[in-house]
Amino acid sequence: MQAAKQDIIQQLQKDVLSMQRLKKISGQSLNTGLWEVEKAFPDQTFPLGAVHEFISHTKETAAATNGFMAGLISQLVKKGTTVWVSNKRTIFPPALHVFGIEPERVIFIDLWRQKDVLWAIEEALKCEAVSAVVGELSELSFTESRRLQLAVEQSRVTGFIHRYNPKSENITACISRWKIKPLASEANEIPGMGFPRWDVQLLKVRNGKPGTWQIEWSGGQFRHIARQVVTITEIQKRKAG
Amino acid sequence: MRRYVAIWFRHLKTDWMVRRQPELKGIPFVMAAPAHGRMMIKAANAAAQAKGIDVGMVVADCRAIFPSLQVFDDKPGLTEKLLNALAEWCLRYTPVVAVEQPDVLILEVSGCPHLWGGEQPYLKDIIAKLGGFGYDVRVAIADTIGTAWAVSHYGKVSPIVERCGQLEALLPLPPAALRLDATILERLKKLGLYQIQDFIKMPRKALRRRFGDAILTRLDQALGQEYEAISPVHPVEPCQERLPSLEPIRTATGIEIALRQLLEKLCQRLAKEEKGLRKCVFKCYRIDGIVKQIEIGTNRPSRNVTHLFKLFELKIATIEPALGIEVFTIEAPVVEDISAVQDALWNFTEGGNGTAIGELLDRIAGKLGMNSIHRYLPDEHYWPERSVKLATSLTEKPQTSWRTDLPRPIHLLPTPEIIEVTVPMPDYPPMLFRYKGEVHNVSKADGPERIEQEWWLQHGLYRDYYSIEDTQGARYWLFRAGSYEHGDPEWFIHGFFA
Repeated sequence: MQAAKQDIIQQLQKDVLSMQRLKKISGQSLNTGLWEVEKAFPDQTFPLGAVHEFISHTKETAAATNGFMAGLISQLVKKGTTVWVSNKRTIFPPALHVFGIEPERVIFIDLWRQKDVLWAIEEALKCEAVSAVVGELSELSFTESRRLQLAVEQSRVTGFIHRYNPKSENITACISRWKIKPLASEANEIPGMGFPRWDVQLLKVRNGKPGTWQIEWSGGQFRHIARQVVTITEIQKRKAG
Repeated sequence: MRRYVAIWFRHLKTDWMVRRQPELKGIPFVMAAPAHGRMMIKAANAAAQAKGIDVGMVVADCRAIFPSLQVFDDKPGLTEKLLNALAEWCLRYTPVVAVEQPDVLILEVSGCPHLWGGEQPYLKDIIAKLGGFGYDVRVAIADTIGTAWAVSHYGKVSPIVERCGQLEALLPLPPAALRLDATILERLKKLGLYQIQDFIKMPRKALRRRFGDAILTRLDQALGQEYEAISPVHPVEPCQERLPSLEPIRTATGIEIALRQLLEKLCQRLAKEEKGLRKCVFKCYRIDGIVKQIEIGTNRPSRNVTHLFKLFELKIATIEPALGIEVFTIEAPVVEDISAVQDALWNFTEGGNGTAIGELLDRIAGKLGMNSIHRYLPDEHYWPERSVKLATSLTEKPQTSWRTDLPRPIHLLPTPEIIEVTVPMPDYPPMLFRYKGEVHNVSKADGPERIEQEWWLQHGLYRDYYSIEDTQGARYWLFRAGSYEHGDPEWFIHGFFA
């Protein structure tokens, strides 16, 4: 009886997802090292063919966000052309190689006006031949994000919107909202900087559970780090206090 | 056995002027262009030549000879245009017509004259028709191009050189009939060789020693011992389609329907020719005589109706139909071959979706400009700003691989920004730095990575780059310009690591 109920609930959940046009892309095993994060999503799968929203407020977090996005793109969509639309681009193409993207496969579209950026993102999202679209801009209204979501539902292209320094964190139709902050890298025995490490916050996710994780990019893939209860600086502060 | 006709236009440009302005007929006039601060005569008509005025003289001198001389500006490129047009017209006489600068047309007429009833009526027809247009021509027919040319210019007996009769025809002609350089002609004249028969029998060795190879080549060509190639003209058929409308079109929908019909016709034709268009012009002829046009360009040759229509669609709103449009035309001024090989080059995606991406970029370029689209390839420079170059086409492949052994930030500032630092010792990474009023304490550092100036491109101080992580976990790329040996060097921030 209990099992039957469970089955019914699962079936209903799937129906809801398909009604929301969040079909699981079958036969896709994502060995991304993000399994902890993926648990947060409905159906335990990172949703492709949707628009994800990232928010950053400082230059440092913007760089971390772009690094994380680049890692996601290389892990999730593998080969294919990425279109990178931005209004104030600072990406240095050779560095994308570190995150597993071949820089010559990225087409950058640099525009000034917000209107043009949105138009270009929408056009790119409509093109099925593109595998991922990154849009860098600051403001995105609900209506605009709805348009992007509609475009994506047709074409199944994955979109990543990176909003740098938005005036307000308004509600959008994007499937998820992320904030990425850089974390101190782990100093192994070797002195100097370690692998890039981030504090990944999933603030909103449709039909999922938001959460926070600490993730490192090493050896060409994401690696999950066991949660550190307190950071080093805080210990120092406590000692001082 | 081949037969060639040479048509010499004696006053090509002036005849053309008379054709345009009939009142000039019989009046001495010249066409002149400035050269070395003087007006040099480029063409003179028969009446002017009768007064002793000829090409190469200065206008001022000629005015002294004949004060009421009329002078017109010479149009550069006119000769080529006229000759090409005339060559295309001459295709009625033979399929092979070539232009020989500056004023001769060469026709390969093997097997053609009998259609006109023999060589004499054939030549007569050419002279009569061209003469009817107002062109003063001399023609000759011979077995070789050289002889036909020579007889057309200098022949005095008959324009028809019998088969294998080149030698007899050439003998009494002056050496200039061999199309030789002015210097060789001058030398021949000095030696008293006024006719071809004076030197044609001389040993070849002696001729070569004194006048070079050119004279022997020309002789052989004229006599038919050496083949002379010509490059015949190929008339280009313009890629154009036309659609007249029954009633004047005034609505955007009407224009769209017309455009779609024309595009379909054009693309069908392009598909037949295995070509794609790079540029396309859509013209609307309005009732009031004004022509409105919109133009599109594509990144890759295309013959996809839907795609081209989408490109035009963005611009249809700019057409103002006013009282109505009666005729639509579409034209593809630039077409290129679409080959299977070209499609294979663009294999970024497994499915070969290059065309779709090309079309996406066309739409973006059409609306927002081509210079908003960038793609980067590695360039062999250590200097960070120069380590990438823009790809010139969407299909260009990297020549060298991307360097991954050195740390490079994901964000690079367009210009390095100055920062204040505290450094414990020279050549050490900073302890802390201040950027935009905020103090960052350094916890980890890598470096220095010294990048020297590329002296063949620019001069200046070298840079010592440090990868820095501050206590907040943020990562930066800093550099010091120059060393502490010569005063206090400046520090800059150049990028952010992820």
